[in-house]
Amino acid sequence: MTDVTASPAPGLRKAENLGQYMVPLTIVAAVTIFLLRDRLPSLNTYPDAAIIPFKDWVGAVMSWMKVNLTWFTRSLAAMMDVPLRFAFNLLAKGFKLGNGPEATMLPRLSWLGVVGVMGWLGYIYGGWRLALLCGGGFFALALFGVWNNAMLTLALIVICVPFCVITGLLVGIWSYRSPRFDGWLITPALDLMQTIPTFAYLIPMLLLYGASPVSALLATGLFATPPMVRATLLGLNKVPSEIKDFADMAGCTRRQKLWRVLIPSAKPSLMIGVNQVIMLALNMVIISSMIGAGGLGYDVLLALRALKIGQAMEAGLAIVIIAIVLDRLSQAIAHRQPAIAIAEGTWARHGNLIIAVGLLALTTIFALFIPALATFPKSLTLTTAPWWKAGVDWLTLHMFDAIEAVRVFVLLYFLNPMRAGFESLPWLGVLLVVVALGWRLGGWRLALLVGLLGFFAAASGLWVPAMQTLYLAGAATLVACIIGIPLGIWASRSDRVQSVVMPIIDTLQTIPMFCIIIPVVMLFRVGDVTALIATVAFAIVPAVRYTNHGLRQVPSHLVEAGQVAGCTRWQLFRHVQLPVAMPEIMLGINQTILLALSMIIICAMVGTRDLGQEIFKALAKADSGRGIVAGLVIAFIGIIADRLITAWVNKRKMRGGLT
Amino acid sequence: MNMTTPGAASPRPVKLSCHNLWKVFGPNAEQFLASHGGKVTTADLERAHLVGAVRNASIEVREGETFIIMGLSGSGKSTLVRCLSRLIEPTAGELTVDGQDLLKATEAELIDIRRHKMGMVFQHFALLPHLNVLDNVAFPLLIQGVDRKTREERAMQMIELVSLKGRERRFPAELSGGQQQRVGIARSLAVEPEIWFLDEPFSALDPLIRREMQAELIRLQNVLKKTIVFITHDFDEAIRLADRIAIMKDGAIIQIGKPEEVVSNPATDYVAKFTQDVNRARVLSAAGIMLPASPGASCLRRVKAVAKIESFAAEIVESATPFAVEDAAGVIIGEVTPRDVINVLTGKGRGAEA
Repeated sequence: MTDVTASPAPGLRKAENLGQYMVPLTIVAAVTIFLLRDRLPSLNTYPDAAIIPFKDWVGAVMSWMKVNLTWFTRSLAAMMDVPLRFAFNLLAKGFKLGNGPEATMLPRLSWLGVVGVMGWLGYIYGGWRLALLCGGGFFALALFGVWNNAMLTLALIVICVPFCVITGLLVGIWSYRSPRFDGWLITPALDLMQTIPTFAYLIPMLLLYGASPVSALLATGLFATPPMVRATLLGLNKVPSEIKDFADMAGCTRRQKLWRVLIPSAKPSLMIGVNQVIMLALNMVIISSMIGAGGLGYDVLLALRALKIGQAMEAGLAIVIIAIVLDRLSQAIAHRQPAIAIAEGTWARHGNLIIAVGLLALTTIFALFIPALATFPKSLTLTTAPWWKAGVDWLTLHMFDAIEAVRVFVLLYFLNPMRAGFESLPWLGVLLVVVALGWRLGGWRLALLVGLLGFFAAASGLWVPAMQTLYLAGAATLVACIIGIPLGIWASRSDRVQSVVMPIIDTLQTIPMFCIIIPVVMLFRVGDVTALIATVAFAIVPAVRYTNHGLRQVPSHLVEAGQVAGCTRWQLFRHVQLPVAMPEIMLGINQTILLALSMIIICAMVGTRDLGQEIFKALAKADSGRGIVAGLVIAFIGIIADRLITAWVNKRKMRGGLT
Repeated sequence: MNMTTPGAASPRPVKLSCHNLWKVFGPNAEQFLASHGGKVTTADLERAHLVGAVRNASIEVREGETFIIMGLSGSGKSTLVRCLSRLIEPTAGELTVDGQDLLKATEAELIDIRRHKMGMVFQHFALLPHLNVLDNVAFPLLIQGVDRKTREERAMQMIELVSLKGRERRFPAELSGGQQQRVGIARSLAVEPEIWFLDEPFSALDPLIRREMQAELIRLQNVLKKTIVFITHDFDEAIRLADRIAIMKDGAIIQIGKPEEVVSNPATDYVAKFTQDVNRARVLSAAGIMLPASPGASCLRRVKAVAKIESFAAEIVESATPFAVEDAAGVIIGEVTPRDVINVLTGKGRGAEA
């Protein structure tokens, strides 16, 4: 496969030859095992007798923790409760002083003040357009009558994000300073934390803290911190070595070097991390409504359970508004260039802060006298729920046949056969193929890793649900790639297409997973088709983005070389651009798989039968062992896919000399 | 210390020196060097899977001298200068600053030495992106704990020195490459260092700006009289700026000498290749090509021994008679013939014969 001029040692060559046949051989073996399923049932279906009771072990550990660590969890909860309660009161509930009938209420921040501050922030960091987006978006929250719940959600984020950012920063710094600690503990832990589905985080929190905003806060914190660690690590490593040398030559102490040179120089990367933390926190706060976060997520949850499409859509839209505003605002802050500051003094340095605080204080004081400033007048609120309902009714009335035909067609001719195929895959055969792939792409270490992770899925007794998850995730990935990659190619070849496609993709990415389900459920009701469509909508983003980016960053001299050689447009694409962009495209597919896996789990809410349903049931019963093991199986599927693809990409890049 | 340059009245003291300095990358490099003593060949290193980035380097830089380390990329010049400032820990050898053993300095002492004695300019400027010009220049003072007023005054002086006055509130990203490097220079000078390391400071600039910055450096050095260690891969730049040049190849120093010595007497073919296209008339002095004075010959003119050939070439060729060469005291020590000058001008000078 490689043209090495120096012939390798005979032993090596033999191994190389063997390697070439390894994967086909294992596939043949897998097929054989499948064909002999009547003779060798235990190689096809993992025998019940051999199931290792991971669930019980994890469950035992969790109950032990519940019994013996209560003092710790209680005090942590009490500690977290203070700032959280303050934020709730400040933004949504108002402060209550004293007890009983003499209690006086201090009002919450006036809605007008909050809208004004959002607009002002938008203006400072992004000019009039952003001001309009931020102020207008928040005004819409008041107008649609969801202000109270929106502020509850916002309060959780406001408390959670600084916590995540600081923790992530410190852990990131620590692992930057000690690569061994990073390699053995942090990176594997991050990989695991980012592939464990969101639901699985809820279970231990529910067990330890009960259904309360604090457990939602902790679950959100755990879920949203990893990107900050990664961003810190990446940012610090990316600081040019000359700047590090300069810090030493200037005589910085270690602390000065870190805080005065490295961290400020890494600021762009860190701000990207902050943006990701905000978006993930929002996403998770919504999902945590299942364990008592309250707020908008709870509205969606209630409405979805009762199939009140109008209300669900309304609350969902409010979440999307918050998501878009927070995303654009934090990005604008991240990308802001340091301005030339000529003026000196308090006003120049803190003027914006003074204006913001003044705005809040003034409106809140006025709200004491003018009730309309305290609570948005009910008579002015609009509710969009009836419109959505009317829309759906109209659609069901006039389009029912068409939609139903699509649904049944997809189910009968695509999903059901695929599902049957995946469900009957022999566990040993699949495992053999995976190990062979691992060995081929990354040597014995990778083979061992993917083998062990795969075996865990079989030995935990969750093989069939794992295959069901794999089927849905696989189907969604397939469809996302079939649509997304051509779209990415198209966007890469035309700036106009790009300028239309990319904003849509960006917005799609900011929408919390929970909200994507809503409109799909409206049209297709519950079931696998809904899960498929929602997952594709969520997971298509990286397929488009990476394809576009990969093709656009093909070095122009390569394209020119192709043109000079007389390539047609197609030849240029086929022989120059596509091969060079392939590693990047594969990374996009990798991301698509991971996103699909996480979305599929959320889709357990709309009645899929797979690992997600397993976790969902565990959550309902607060069965931590069952839920955590199912979560781990999903994480392991994700890690196997990720490692195999990354290994392939690295191998490919090394061969192309593109590293 | 023991190296006395003939002709120089009183040699200035050695500021920075290293002896038998090694930097070897790879596992167990230290033991390997210790077990082999000082005699390690490239092949030895290769066999042990080690990379010798700096091999047995010895230099002595005198106070106020501009010492240039020249070599192509991968020759180890950047590693050497980082060893001299202990940004990279040398594997073996001695390293002294003002007679003090730098390798024995503790972290605190090292920080102190770097804060007060050393300054460094980087190839890609290494300006802090989040600070404006003034704060960048004042940064080394800030970390020493100098108060705001003093450090900003000092920084402003430095900014004026490099002719950037009026741009002190700009951010690095708003400046051109040449301007950014001026900031880098101002910043490295803000603490009044005694030893000034310049690591390919002009390599990232385009040729016209580079010449301008070289002239600027000469101007600054005439005022400041720092001890300079200057890294470059550009031989012309080396000749233009250097008091002495060390030429490196594969981690080893293959020749140290004044530009004139290097050009007229290259130690190896490798050095000779660099000198090929050099304008000799600009490098060689009258003393470099003079013959013993022929007794009784009448010389129309006298030239100083240190005068570059370029400065009297037109005259001597026109007059077609030898010129007498006198030393600093006005004593005639030899003569220069038009023939020899023409040889130099046409590239057939003695340097080429050697």
